[in-house]
Amino acid sequence: MSLNDQTSSSFLPMIKRSIIATIIAFFLFLPTLGIKTSASGGVDGLFLTYRWLLLGIGCGLIFVGRIAYELFWAPKEGGQKAEKAPSSLAKALGSAKVAKTIGPVLLGFAIIFPFLPFSDRYILDLGILIITYVMLGWGLQIVVGLAGLLDLGYVAFYAVGAYSYALLSIHFGFGFWMCLPLAGLLAATWGIILGFPVLRLRGDYLAIVTLAFGEIIRIVLLNWRSFTGGSNGLSDIPRPSFFGLPFNQSENGFAATLHLEYSSMHRIIFLYFLILALAVFTFFVTARLRRLPIGRAWEALREDEIACRSLGINTVNTKLSAFAIGAMFGGFAGSFFAAKQAFVSPESFNFMESATILAIVVLGGMSSQLGVVFSAIAMVGGVELLRQLQFLKVIFGNDFDPSQLRLLLFGLAMVLMMLWRPRGLVSTRMPTVFLKDKKTVSAAMISQGRG
Amino acid sequence: MNYFIQQLINGLTLGSIYGLIAIGYTMVYGIIGMINFAHGDVFMVGAFVSLITVIIFGITGTTNIALGIGALILVAAISMIIAGVYGWTIERLAYRPLRGSFRLAPLITAIGVSIFLQNFVQATQGARVKPLNAIISGGFTILEGNDFVVRITYMQILIVVLTFLLMSGFTYLISKTSLGRAQRACEQDMKMAMLLGIDVNTTISTTFIIGAALASVAGLMYLLYYGVIDFYIGFSAGIKAFTAAVLGGVGSLPGAMLGGLVIGLIEVFFAAYFSSEYKDVAAFSMLIVVLIFMPQGLLGRPEIEKV
Amino acid sequence: MSQPLLSVNQLTMRFGGLTAVDAVSFDVHRNHITAVIGPNGAGKTTAFNCITGFYKPTDGQIVLRHKDDNEFKLEEMEDFRISQHAKVARTFQNIRLFGGMTVLENLMIAQHNHLMKASAYTIGGIFNTPSYQRAQEAAKQKALAWMDRVGITDRADDPAAALPYGAQRKLEIARAMCTDPVLLCLDEPAAGLNPKESEELNALLRSIRDTNDVGILLIEHDMSVVMEISDHIIVLDYGRKISDGTATEVRNDPAVIKAYLGVVEE
Repeated sequence: MSLNDQTSSSFLPMIKRSIIATIIAFFLFLPTLGIKTSASGGVDGLFLTYRWLLLGIGCGLIFVGRIAYELFWAPKEGGQKAEKAPSSLAKALGSAKVAKTIGPVLLGFAIIFPFLPFSDRYILDLGILIITYVMLGWGLQIVVGLAGLLDLGYVAFYAVGAYSYALLSIHFGFGFWMCLPLAGLLAATWGIILGFPVLRLRGDYLAIVTLAFGEIIRIVLLNWRSFTGGSNGLSDIPRPSFFGLPFNQSENGFAATLHLEYSSMHRIIFLYFLILALAVFTFFVTARLRRLPIGRAWEALREDEIACRSLGINTVNTKLSAFAIGAMFGGFAGSFFAAKQAFVSPESFNFMESATILAIVVLGGMSSQLGVVFSAIAMVGGVELLRQLQFLKVIFGNDFDPSQLRLLLFGLAMVLMMLWRPRGLVSTRMPTVFLKDKKTVSAAMISQGRG
Repeated sequence: MNYFIQQLINGLTLGSIYGLIAIGYTMVYGIIGMINFAHGDVFMVGAFVSLITVIIFGITGTTNIALGIGALILVAAISMIIAGVYGWTIERLAYRPLRGSFRLAPLITAIGVSIFLQNFVQATQGARVKPLNAIISGGFTILEGNDFVVRITYMQILIVVLTFLLMSGFTYLISKTSLGRAQRACEQDMKMAMLLGIDVNTTISTTFIIGAALASVAGLMYLLYYGVIDFYIGFSAGIKAFTAAVLGGVGSLPGAMLGGLVIGLIEVFFAAYFSSEYKDVAAFSMLIVVLIFMPQGLLGRPEIEKV
Repeated sequence: MSQPLLSVNQLTMRFGGLTAVDAVSFDVHRNHITAVIGPNGAGKTTAFNCITGFYKPTDGQIVLRHKDDNEFKLEEMEDFRISQHAKVARTFQNIRLFGGMTVLENLMIAQHNHLMKASAYTIGGIFNTPSYQRAQEAAKQKALAWMDRVGITDRADDPAAALPYGAQRKLEIARAMCTDPVLLCLDEPAAGLNPKESEELNALLRSIRDTNDVGILLIEHDMSVVMEISDHIIVLDYGRKISDGTATEVRNDPAVIKAYLGVVEE
């Protein structure tokens, strides 16, 4: 059916479909947008407020949106089922040559980023946040992307790292560089402790067990008050110093020693480079691991576990190594998080974090490190910027705080991006070894793992 | 001993609620093999719809049980319809376009829908908890010891009986009707089912609608039993219900019910005898232990690895 | 005759009430091609899975002897250890390649245990030590040699899933051989091949038998392959061994003719 046919002959059906969508939306919105329960403080407890205008706006938006969808974005008949061909952008990102140039360009940009004129404290904090997620994404990518094991509790290792740093530095006065490897080691140990009994489980069972494990860790952190401070968390965690120079106004502080005017920005910039260095380290180690026998075995595991066993690969140990190394990077990132915040509490390690990291990996493309960078920027940075939108006050009234909508938009973005690109931004795979020429492997060939 | 029996009653009540939610997880997993992460939040929406309906009809505490039950059936019906629309919409918009695509993609959209629903309800209904006065109060005293009185409330009886009825009804539906046959056919081999003329889309949509409707009944029960809800109840109830589904054996309706009861009992007993703070840890640990020794769950079919 | 490479003694495998393999005994010799044939459901693949460790047999012994007289009790070993230590390699009835990985990568993974040691369990590999580089290069050369031998060198950098069916079969055999086995187990290697490919397969198997010092055990439906290349044939029916001998002996065995209702004639 050509576009012309569709617009002329299917106008009425389109309106009809839009009306149906609107009716459905009416039912969806009636008990949410349309009627609000409010506490009156009286005996009966609650009364209802009817917001017909809001309901009308909501339904109207669906009506218009549905028509717009059909006119501009809807897949044309016939092409509906076929997997979308990768766009030129995705193709470019997937090719070896482009990846080789974009990588250094991005790194270069990341290095000069703190010194750009617009980089105020807010922007820099956002940068730190994004790089932390990139690092976490690379860590989880080993587990989910390479080894094909679905881990829904990755945040547990992030938490182990953060609390390791907090506890070690508070109780033993260990410095950051001392705590960092210890935190990584502890997280990896936890990865093995969890992994050992459960890695024999089939796919989705593993997912639910890791999710349960993440919750267990969070609940323990919340309730073991004498050790973790419970919901109050641990505060006054020593901040990392610059080769022994603390970032304060004291005489032997960073600014005074280098004869600079004291600025609170110094510490932020230092933290920025710290996480950048950790992320770059993560990048090189994971990229290297992928090309080693261990990394190939991870990918082989994702492709066909039974074939792996027939070739003499100890699949339990291989899975454990993926789990432990992934957990280790989570631990490093957690350690940085604690150092940056100088405060940790169980609040920061809920399921939302695991979901965010997983979404970054899946949206980035399961085996592309560059993809993770872009998806982290999109998921964390994009949504953060959306939060600034003030126009929403028009709809929800003046006392409405748009930042409340941050998570709502985040959820919506997760859905839309996956619908747009089910196999992630960079869905192709780069071979780890080649004879004559390196050709990318298209997404359709790659197995998705059972885990 | 009396204390023990009281906890048993409480545990079975809570377990019934989990079991009803778990049915939705297990049916969806059985048919399309995905973890419908948004299901817990459909349960939450169901609880909110019930709350609003209860207030609209001005149902207040009554001692006339027949009237109370009649009113609640009406509330349940409305809540099931709206939750059903939610279930249908979620499947249509967020899962169906990804069917047959990358395996993890619908999982991510499901998590996205879950986050969206939570925050949508928070934004539109406010973050504060919503209290509701007891609608059906009163109960029996079953045992009277010198130290402890065992009571079973009408509400608890209603929950267990209603769960039992719904459960039997749906087991019948799945095992005897053409919808059930279509579902099982899709479970076995979706392509083949399609070739044999089964409307796969309708079957899957129906599955989502049924699951959502049952979850909304659970939401109503939760509202009436605890008398307080908020936008966040879907998360922990959802995880526990999914745990129950896995524990019982994914794909098995009686398994979901049994798993729900086991999780409910563990939670209540652990809270009563050891520590209420760690009750979830007990439930999740139980899950891990069961899966290690019985990977197929309590009532699931063992899977033989084909070489 | 010398000591057999593999001795299967009274192998029994029950699934619930069903006895898939019932007290089957046979030997496999080095530099021999031994074929197990039988009608559908005769228990061939089950016996095979017991030997390669994917099933634990209900009863019986499976002994593998290396040249240095080391003996391995396969029925007690985990599947991956059978490949790693006892050096038994296998292929699968429905090909199991690492589809999203290239042909070369498939052959490198087959040398995993050797390369893991060479990379000092990853630690040396991270620093790219010279000894690891040498091992990696040697592994690549070995992979190349096998690609040449089965004739898929021009597809080295293509994903395995993109290969035509016949080439996938060959790749799976090459991959199994890259593990340096003493016993190569092939599960219906000729299934789905056209006559020309079938011919090539026969030549390949003969050359492996004659030059690589391995015993080959294969399951086959295709009688032409079996009769032509097997040194020794075992016939199973309903889980029991009904005949055992050379091609001519088996062909004239009344029990075999009965089991196949006379269709055994090629």
